[in-house]
Amino acid sequence: MWYDRRAFCGANFNLNVNHMPKKSVDRQLMSAAEIDLALARIAAEIIEKLSPRDEFAIIGIRRRGVHLAQRLCAKVEAILKRSVLNGILDITLYRDDLTTISNRPMLRETSIEFDINNLSLVLVDDVLYTGRTVRAALDGLVDLGRPKRVQLAVLIDRGHRELPIQADYVGKYVQTADDEIVEVRLNEEDADERVVLVKRPKSAGA
Amino acid sequence: MASLRQKDLLGIEQLSVEEIRLIMDTADALAQVADRPVKKVPTLRGKTVINLFFEPSTRTRSSFELAEKRLSADILNFTASTSSVSKGETLLDTARNLESMAPDIIVVRHASAGAPHMLSRECRSSIVNAGDGMHEHPTQALLDALTVRQVKGRLEQLKIALIGDIAHSRVARSDTLLFHKMGAEVWVCGPPSLIPWDYSRLGARVTGHIEEALDAADVVMMLRVQHERQTEAFFPTTREYYNFYGLTRERLRLAKKDTIVMHPGPMNRGVEIDSDVADGPSSVILLQVANGIAARMAVLYLLSGNAGLKPRKQSR
Repeated sequence: MWYDRRAFCGANFNLNVNHMPKKSVDRQLMSAAEIDLALARIAAEIIEKLSPRDEFAIIGIRRRGVHLAQRLCAKVEAILKRSVLNGILDITLYRDDLTTISNRPMLRETSIEFDINNLSLVLVDDVLYTGRTVRAALDGLVDLGRPKRVQLAVLIDRGHRELPIQADYVGKYVQTADDEIVEVRLNEEDADERVVLVKRPKSAGA
Repeated sequence: MASLRQKDLLGIEQLSVEEIRLIMDTADALAQVADRPVKKVPTLRGKTVINLFFEPSTRTRSSFELAEKRLSADILNFTASTSSVSKGETLLDTARNLESMAPDIIVVRHASAGAPHMLSRECRSSIVNAGDGMHEHPTQALLDALTVRQVKGRLEQLKIALIGDIAHSRVARSDTLLFHKMGAEVWVCGPPSLIPWDYSRLGARVTGHIEEALDAADVVMMLRVQHERQTEAFFPTTREYYNFYGLTRERLRLAKKDTIVMHPGPMNRGVEIDSDVADGPSSVILLQVANGIAARMAVLYLLSGNAGLKPRKQSR
């Protein structure tokens, strides 16, 4: 079918680009140790900022936010010596770019097994960029209940916001250009663990 | 990447195994919308869906309507009996008129096989087949598969028995195609007068004896005797049909202990199924209804944004 074939052509073209000599080298922004340090600091900040009597939960945004949220949760639990609620939010249904059919992510389940009414929530994502993911996440949370407050923790804040959204906890601020991609690689999903800045491959005018 | 790279859902025949899995996985994720305080997500906001029903339907139509509403689509319901169709307008003219109202998705049920396929060629909008004549009813098969997978954990290597009026049943056709594609062993059973002679070409094993079909079956799907489509006497009396092909508790003992009983509805109690089976512990009939909304949400979600693609080539 003609459209399938075109999709394959696109993939092949990108492969060819990868074979060409690369001018820019991937720049490492954070090592595995630095990721761990940043998460430890954020965990401490969360405890400091939320009053100890506050009921709170840590919620990861799919996909990489989930692992970061689980790690944060473990660190907070180790400090507080009690268990902390942990949930997973899938924002696919709340995205504002679903009509662009080419890059639709797989829809997965939201798993928040507790009542979020009157809880303080810490949303966790890997990279804060345009702010649209967080906007979608906020919409998704509102449909689940009325939290007391929602805070945002991210590993990397790379600027270029398109919406008035700021993070409460940031692992690292990074200056980036529009044609760059911040790749957060985590052991749970990828072959290695680090944060790198890569050039966006020139698309075939698609 | 997870989307159906096609404009329409016309039948199970056109779907690959991967696409069927994708629809079922998406439906599983969408099912939880029903458990939330706000039973609505904004995914299809601003999209228009027309429900074009040329045949009476309660379950399928309300199921589609709820699925559309839970995805926040705008809905136009169109029933043949209250429309210009009763004034003599052709299907094509009706469709062209509706098309100029710029809908994104049209859900069609029609008494003639192939009606959605024709609309698919004529319309820019995505067409979803909600039952065409005695041909296919793909969303019903998808919700059946979803239900079986939820209860049994798999579809491969299950013995699925479809029992009843096979000839007039679009559900039987879609179910046979789907379960066969997914690696299950499909048996169809009914009075020989109600089974097309070449039905085994769809991948099913055919028998006239209910005992053979029920023997060690994992899933028993009872089909309604479609009196309204039967133009001649296919069996002498309803009572005789019940005696030979009705599902009773005694007969169900032939199937596996953990077998599940399904029915696409509407049921004729005392004809193809006994009340104590329909309401018994093995029955998952109401779970099917609940899953219907999730399966249809998945189809609408995966097709949204595909309007304007070229229709997929028919296999024949």
